[in-house]
Amino acid sequence: MSGPNATPRAHAGHIIETRGLSKHYPGTAALVDVDYKVRRGKVNVLIGENGAGKSTLMKLLAGAQSATSGEIRIDGQPVQITDVRSAEAHGVGIIFQELNLFPDLSVAQNIFAGNELTRAGVIRSRDENEQAKRLLARLQIPINPRTRLGDLYVGQQQLVEIAKALSKHIKVLIMDEPTSALSRNEVEILFKIIRQLKQDGVTVIYISHRLEEIMAIGDCIAVLRNGRLVAEDDIANIDIPWIIEAMVGSSKKRFAFEQHPIGDEVLKVADLSLKRPNGIYAIDHVSFSVRAGEVVAIYGLMGAGRTELLESLLGAQPLALGAIELAGRAIDALPIPARIDAGIALVPEDRQKQGMVQLMSILENMTLSSLGKFANRLAFGALRRDAQVVAATDIVRRLAIKAASVDAPITSLSGGNMQKVVIGKALLTSPKVLLMDEPTRGIDVGAKEDVYSTISLLARAGIAVIYATSELDEAMAVSNRVFVMASGRLTAVIERSQFDSERIVRASTPATAVV
Amino acid sequence: METSNSSTPLHPVRAKPRQHGAYVAARVAVNLLRLRIFIALFAIVVVFSLTADNFMSAGNLLIMAKHVTIVAILSIGMTLVILTGGIDLSVGSIFGISGMAAGYLLLEGVRIGHYVVFFDTFGVAAIACVLGALIGAVNGYLITALNVAPFIATLGMLYVVRGAALLVNNGGTYADLSGNPALGNTGFEFIGNGTVLGLSTPVWIMLVLGAITIFIARKTPLGRRIYAIGGNEQAARFSGIRTHRVKLFVYTFSGFCAALVGLVITAQLQTAHPLTGETYELNAIAAVVLGGTALMGGRGTVFGSVVGACVISILGDGMVMCGISDFWQMVIKGLVIIFAVVVDQLQQRLQSRMVSLTA
Repeated sequence: MSGPNATPRAHAGHIIETRGLSKHYPGTAALVDVDYKVRRGKVNVLIGENGAGKSTLMKLLAGAQSATSGEIRIDGQPVQITDVRSAEAHGVGIIFQELNLFPDLSVAQNIFAGNELTRAGVIRSRDENEQAKRLLARLQIPINPRTRLGDLYVGQQQLVEIAKALSKHIKVLIMDEPTSALSRNEVEILFKIIRQLKQDGVTVIYISHRLEEIMAIGDCIAVLRNGRLVAEDDIANIDIPWIIEAMVGSSKKRFAFEQHPIGDEVLKVADLSLKRPNGIYAIDHVSFSVRAGEVVAIYGLMGAGRTELLESLLGAQPLALGAIELAGRAIDALPIPARIDAGIALVPEDRQKQGMVQLMSILENMTLSSLGKFANRLAFGALRRDAQVVAATDIVRRLAIKAASVDAPITSLSGGNMQKVVIGKALLTSPKVLLMDEPTRGIDVGAKEDVYSTISLLARAGIAVIYATSELDEAMAVSNRVFVMASGRLTAVIERSQFDSERIVRASTPATAVV
Repeated sequence: METSNSSTPLHPVRAKPRQHGAYVAARVAVNLLRLRIFIALFAIVVVFSLTADNFMSAGNLLIMAKHVTIVAILSIGMTLVILTGGIDLSVGSIFGISGMAAGYLLLEGVRIGHYVVFFDTFGVAAIACVLGALIGAVNGYLITALNVAPFIATLGMLYVVRGAALLVNNGGTYADLSGNPALGNTGFEFIGNGTVLGLSTPVWIMLVLGAITIFIARKTPLGRRIYAIGGNEQAARFSGIRTHRVKLFVYTFSGFCAALVGLVITAQLQTAHPLTGETYELNAIAAVVLGGTALMGGRGTVFGSVVGACVISILGDGMVMCGISDFWQMVIKGLVIIFAVVVDQLQQRLQSRMVSLTA
């Protein structure tokens, strides 16, 4: 943590500069020709919608991935950042959104994990504890280095992660949504630390969605949209509407939304709550109702409680409290299988981990939730192959799944088609209410359109669809209403006729204590 | 996964000649590797028929069939457990206690008040099987409701049940189980040494049990769910599969299979010994692994395990007949198991290479 190094030919104000930086994945360009400048000793805010390329840019700077083309300059010198270690050698450290810590090790052991202080190959625990103590004291983090990490709150763990990054003598610290899991007090502590870092000459790149927070802590701001850098300015010169305008852009995408008749109330949720292990509400007393054939988008930022809400409706969060009625029947005490039988189904957020069995074929995955339907009682409960093929083929046709055969392994499909198989699995349970958690995450534009038209199709058939999304365009694309969530609370319910991006974004911004 | 063979080829072979050649070579290799357990069985039989006298004699085949059935029946139950991603270390002990229970019921009967009740042979066999299933259900309960890791739960039961088997007759055996005509409990020997339509009873038990289990695994919702849990338990849960029930079933079934083996052995020897079946859990696991089932779960077949049981058992008998020392037998058996897994990994790698060749 040396002060701003006076490297002779250093670019006056910029510690990092990228020139024409691009990153292409098969089929998509995540980052296009980005010239990003990071100002020395400042808090550089980076903002953009999900998929705008923020994380990709940060991964390139931190060495977690390498660029397709373009160059990165640090202190005016072009550098080759090949992996995380080489990024650290150039003084760039990153704190990812998910914590990368060991719960069963002590705080000091975590800070020095991978860089243990040794003499003759033996770890010097006393030195580690001493140094950790000094580091924590300097950052004014009131934590004993000998504490077991798992005994700390998430917010405190986040601070340990920061201390760990700083133990490596970095000049630039990248923080990817550091406050998404923090309480108000913890955010205040974090901000104090960031100011302390600034005084010590450390440059911070700060990624966040929380607009008030950005206004409070940031010095300058850059906005990414669709992989391009679209705006840059000093925080002093801008206001929140400017940010929203830059993020969303003026070109509104158009989706074919057709008004169709809406039926009676089918899902009623009253006073639903769920607490996280650190005592903060993941879902904070939420009540709403949804009607048959209605499409509701739940818009919210990372950590707003969308996933927890959908999982609670399915029954995958046993600690959730509150009343849930499906078509007039209380289902809140039922386990997942009974709720699926009652007519609720979930397309989970992470299709690889929660949505599919990789070793199985398309057909086997699709029928997994509705196997009972295909069992032939006259043949000792044997599964009827012909009926399964008919059902799976029908779904393949209706959802336009591109597959060589229903017996092909599901892993042979593209992301979008895999997602359609997972949706098909939910449809085969004949749901009354279909929950979809970020149904278009990680799939290409064409497949996204397919998912939207599927949602419309289902709604016309009388199914209530609730989908969670963190993309504004998507929230407004095919929904009758948008529910906005922030910090576990339902902060706005907006009818289609009243859709207004600024209002939605404002409602999604958690009210943090602005220090 | 047991997929249908009628599926259309996934990736049409591209026109590029070099890629084509590499693809065909990879496919031939993968298919050979898939059949490896049959090739191994064939090789073992050929080698031993050439080197060991009397290997193919009727008498020896009969003895070998007995040994095969024991490992095979255990491995049938074990396969379903391993397919869910679990393990059952308690089968050897269950197999021991089931024999002891049979001996106790045949010789001592059950004391109820002033009366001593004796069951007929069928009743004795049924009670022993239910006992095995119940112990399996305890395993399942520990693993699902109490969230104990399968390895630990069944390791604990391995000791508990073995100890209980020793306690039944204070460490002693029950000898001469031919039964008493006056009590109507004769004929126990039939389970081990009887013959129906030219095949011995244990072989019939293996065939019927195997057929039922293959049917369950390949054709029923239960089987599909077993594979799904081993393949991705979280996805299975989100799909509405009652994962606890399915797991409870597989451990109960494995306990039942182990109890059957206990009956077979006890009937063959006409003696119940509390230490029978020690380390047989490892033979069963080895048979399952040799048969191509992944210890991680989700992939494998019951039929493969039965063939694996043949390999491991015939290999053992053959080596004895060739006069190979006990010590070398252990070394060779261990090497075969490791080799089988290495080959399995090779097959997985080749398969993914095949996909990349066509992608």
